[in-house]
Amino acid sequence: MSAVIEGHHDDHHHGPAKGITRWLYTTNHKDIGSLYLWFSFIMLFIGGAMAMVIRAELFEPGSQIVSPEFYNQMVTNHGLIMVFGVIMPAFVGLANWLIPMQIGAPDMALPRLNNLSFWILPAAFGVLLATFFMEGGAPNFGWTFYAPLSTEYAPPTVTYFIFAVHIMGASSIMGSINVITTILNMRAPGMTLMKMPLFVWSWLITAYLLIAVMPVLAGAVTMMLMDIHFGTSFFKAGGGGDPVLFQHIFWFFGHPEVYIMILPAFGIVSHIIETFSRKPIFGYDSMVYAIASIALLSFVVWAHHMFTVGMPIAGELFFMYSTMLIAIPTGVKVFNWLSTMFKGSLTFETPMLFAIAFVALFTIGGLSGLMLAIAPADFQYHDTYFVVAHFHYVLVPGALFSIIAAVYYWLPKWTGYMYDEFMGKTHFWLSFVSVNLTFFPMHFVGLAGMPRRIPDYAMQFADYNMIVSVGAFLFGLSQLLFLYVVLKAIFYGKKATGQVWEGAQGLEWTLDSPPAYHTFETPPNLEAGEAKG
Amino acid sequence: MSSIKKSVSKLFLATVGMFLFGFALVPIYDVFCEITGLNGKVTGPTFSEYEDIGNREIKITFTTTNNNGMPWFFDSDRSQMKVKTGEQNLMSYVFTNTTDKPMIAQAIPSVSPGKGAQYFHKTECFCFEQQYLEPGESISIPLKFVIDPDLPEDISSLALGYTLFDITKDQMTKQASN
Repeated sequence: MSAVIEGHHDDHHHGPAKGITRWLYTTNHKDIGSLYLWFSFIMLFIGGAMAMVIRAELFEPGSQIVSPEFYNQMVTNHGLIMVFGVIMPAFVGLANWLIPMQIGAPDMALPRLNNLSFWILPAAFGVLLATFFMEGGAPNFGWTFYAPLSTEYAPPTVTYFIFAVHIMGASSIMGSINVITTILNMRAPGMTLMKMPLFVWSWLITAYLLIAVMPVLAGAVTMMLMDIHFGTSFFKAGGGGDPVLFQHIFWFFGHPEVYIMILPAFGIVSHIIETFSRKPIFGYDSMVYAIASIALLSFVVWAHHMFTVGMPIAGELFFMYSTMLIAIPTGVKVFNWLSTMFKGSLTFETPMLFAIAFVALFTIGGLSGLMLAIAPADFQYHDTYFVVAHFHYVLVPGALFSIIAAVYYWLPKWTGYMYDEFMGKTHFWLSFVSVNLTFFPMHFVGLAGMPRRIPDYAMQFADYNMIVSVGAFLFGLSQLLFLYVVLKAIFYGKKATGQVWEGAQGLEWTLDSPPAYHTFETPPNLEAGEAKG
Repeated sequence: MSSIKKSVSKLFLATVGMFLFGFALVPIYDVFCEITGLNGKVTGPTFSEYEDIGNREIKITFTTTNNNGMPWFFDSDRSQMKVKTGEQNLMSYVFTNTTDKPMIAQAIPSVSPGKGAQYFHKTECFCFEQQYLEPGESISIPLKFVIDPDLPEDISSLALGYTLFDITKDQMTKQASN
């Protein structure tokens, strides 16, 4: 380890290179973190624009704005971009910025791999978005790309889609190898595993999940490729294959994947709540064990996504109970967050508002998840807007709110400038109201039987859908305000102090704001009481 | 430095291992389906003879379906029969190529309820065999089967469904890539 630090020492006395090559060739964790975050921000607006098309089409019953074929492409690409292009890169960006600073390391363990894993991402999404301009149109089979819809009945561009997924997977796997190697080998002396900040813990476990399941996804799309082009029959019933097998493989990847998109959020929210409660997190050890047990359980619950495929009763029961079991560690986490706030001296700056909204609204998404876990009831809920409401509640006011909270919380540290608190709060309240306006009524139309992924609906759902669409437009516009607040902070913000927040604990707050281009070239001394996990 | 290398090589091996595991799920799934009868998957021809014939009477329903756009005529001789457990039975299926082109087809079986699949033994069948027919040609193929006397008490009827797939194009691709 010391060899790494010394080996880099010679070229460390100058700042970043100038011009575009700084970003193309950079191996600096802070630069790469910013690249990931900006990439994710851009993709948020692309994926968001697709959501706006969907909601415009669903504003009224009947078919008015786009063709059903294009609608399907919108639904598919909205899902793919938000999952693989927004939430995941944003978390990787946060990991890049924060993990080395939080564990007192000079950089990530594998800086060149880090550069590669970012720069193949724009290539992957370039390939995916280019399919819109090709014959047959973009992928239109839903983000879950069930065979045979994505094999026998897919547009010819499916091959580009498979290639894009391969690249995204490679990027995630390289990023995860980097994160694990950094955390295991480069912690400051004295920082034992159980003294690590919770964000670092949540990412360590997330990275293991990624390494376990992204290769399985790569296997699934490889099988699709072989079925389409090389005459194999993995999923082709005509050749003795089984389309249901695709769903099993996909969800073996897919369920851990949904936890990949929420575990880092748990870490972020823990830091923010302890800072603005001015109390250390309640039950640190149980937080770590809860994250680990959620991650382990995620491997044995996948078939709850496919209760209706015709499983034996024993299978339905197994997946129902194992799914419900996840509520226990998740409940522990929510309890700990509430207990941290209990009798704390609370203040409600923008990051804290987003964190509290996260706890409340993520819990709503968790509860509808419990309802969906009930196998007999799921036959009613399956493939309705109730499912759409459920996963948007955990992904938008869940994962996305945690990312926004993290940006508000650490932006002064990254840029050295404070954001405008009034505008931040305005952004919060607009987002909070509109996110509920968008997704809450979806529960009602879902329970009443409105199917998902269909560009038209029955007349009785018209009022609710109009409310949902209005909420969605408002939420979309609110995020432009977010962009404005971030840009205003960078260009016109007030200077921030190194500590930034009165109650903030952790190594990153011992640095200047903004931190030097290279930090912790000699590891900090934890015994001196500078930092605490 | 060496500890970093060690971590990376371990994680790289784990990645390769999980990629292979993804493919291993295919045979694992087949074995799992065979044991549990998931999806009504039926195994190929098996030979079984039973001594205790005639304990129970089971109603068997035969269904035939043509997959999307498959123009052949495809049907079983009878749509229903009552059989005794442990007894050898015979049913025959007619395939007619109604088009003016030679075609290759394949019929895929499925038994429901899925739980009963493993008790439906086919001693002679055309499952998983590719059928080539000239334009207008017709053929009748027999299916011999036995119902296992161990069939759970709560199952009094079984349905055997065949779906006929047009695999002419797939076979062409395969030959071309060979």
